[in-house]
Amino acid sequence: MTTDYDIAIKQGGVEEDGSAPVVAVDHLYKSFGSQKVLSGISLTVSRGETLAVLGRSGSGKSVLLRLIIGLEKPDSGWVRIYGQDIAGLAQDQIGQIRKKMGFLFQHAALYDSLTVAGNVAFPLDHHKRGMSRSEQSDRIKQLLAEVGMEGDLEKMPSDISGGMQKRVGLARALALEPEILLLDEPTAGLDPISAGEINDLILKLQREHQMASIVVTHDLHSAQAIADRLALLNEGNVVIEGKFEDLQQSDIGFVKEFLKQS
Amino acid sequence: MSNGGFTTVENVNPPLPGRGTMAVSSAVNFSAELVGGFFEWFGSLGIFFWQVLRAAVTPPFEWCELIRQLDEVGSKSFPLVALAGAAVGAILSMEASSSLTRFGARSMLPAATVYSVILEMGPIITGLIVSGRVGAGIGAELASMKVTEQIDAIEASAINPYRLLAATRILACILMLPLLTLAADACGVLMGWVAQTLVEPVSLHRFIDSGFRGATFNAFLPPTFKTAVFGLIIGLISCFQGMRTRGGAEGVGRAATNSVVLSSLFVILADVVLVKFILVVFP
Repeated sequence: MTTDYDIAIKQGGVEEDGSAPVVAVDHLYKSFGSQKVLSGISLTVSRGETLAVLGRSGSGKSVLLRLIIGLEKPDSGWVRIYGQDIAGLAQDQIGQIRKKMGFLFQHAALYDSLTVAGNVAFPLDHHKRGMSRSEQSDRIKQLLAEVGMEGDLEKMPSDISGGMQKRVGLARALALEPEILLLDEPTAGLDPISAGEINDLILKLQREHQMASIVVTHDLHSAQAIADRLALLNEGNVVIEGKFEDLQQSDIGFVKEFLKQS
Repeated sequence: MSNGGFTTVENVNPPLPGRGTMAVSSAVNFSAELVGGFFEWFGSLGIFFWQVLRAAVTPPFEWCELIRQLDEVGSKSFPLVALAGAAVGAILSMEASSSLTRFGARSMLPAATVYSVILEMGPIITGLIVSGRVGAGIGAELASMKVTEQIDAIEASAINPYRLLAATRILACILMLPLLTLAADACGVLMGWVAQTLVEPVSLHRFIDSGFRGATFNAFLPPTFKTAVFGLIIGLISCFQGMRTRGGAEGVGRAATNSVVLSSLFVILADVVLVKFILVVFP
């Protein structure tokens, strides 16, 4: 199957070396009124790689994800997906790129008028119109089985716990077989056991689907468990980027303080 | 200067030389904010309308959602609109009966009732009832979706929320308002007849015949179809208020209230313009 990644390689959008960035954030600035949120962030994520973006609450982690998927426009700088600047694309072109992306929102953002199955079916209904009813039903069951929710198809979002909502949100994010997965605080607000289960689930999905993933979190243990690389944000800038060991060996005061408090 | 150990008022709270100037300045600032907010609101509404229009005319079309909204706006508003129309018809008939009898023109009662209901009362009552029921519903639903990031989730799923949520609701309002108006008109005329029959028995056939005598389609169609404009106003303002909501439960409440208040206000204002327009174009 030819993916957008392959097409981009042919078009010269990215290097053909396997480690080329699927997502590249370049000197990204974003403010809301007088409040500066991001001040020139640059990051890259390659195929099959998981980058954890860490930082204090309000450090701009979630805004970074919203910029990457095009829900916000940057003040300046670029977000390149497969080499294409997302801010310069027309709405239908952004739509084509979004079909290759899965997004898990911090509070799952499930459609409260639809059942669990309806939530997972939602992207399929709109983008896989050729799929028969039985094929769709099988796909929904398969996705919900992947996240351990196969027994709750007909439940409403309000009838399930926060951890279960995140699982359903993850199943919905995976519905279109994304090549890029964006996870906003996947373990926030969960008890340690549920958080561990979500971490295991993300690792399992990573192994099976080989997606480029960006996980925003302030949970260092979660980041250590699921990420290949970590980037620590403070006041809109990347303070340090590297493996967990690099953070441990850092002499930067903020990094030491963050590790100590986590 | 000693004043017997008491502190004078001037010492505690010395007169502020700039108080008057500050009051004027704050009034100017307030007015500027108000005017700025007014233009900002209309500008944003215009941009929103353009985005909805562009989304509505480009495929894929959201037929399933449109049908769901036609049911939501039409079928579920029908009982309320019919009841309101019936009440208005009965009231008009009773009021007109006493007034017309005083002037010796009681024979004009069917025509007075029919014309009043169909030309003005049916359309405006339908517009106001729908702006109350549907406007509040759309405003609150979309606002709730907005603050819980469900609209962002739709957009992140590569689905245009203007097409799925706004265009379908606005189109449903535009299509259903004239039909609901016909229902309100029919119930109004029927109850007008019932009210008259209770005082002075007259057959429905004779009441209708007398009420519509000399009337043409041109007299009745424009007032009925002007409610499509009411539908546009109700749908557009409610979707706009809902989808621009910020804040939590308070924001949702505010969006619902503003949807009803603004759509009702603009329905009444639009009615003034449309009545004049109809009188000029269809004399």
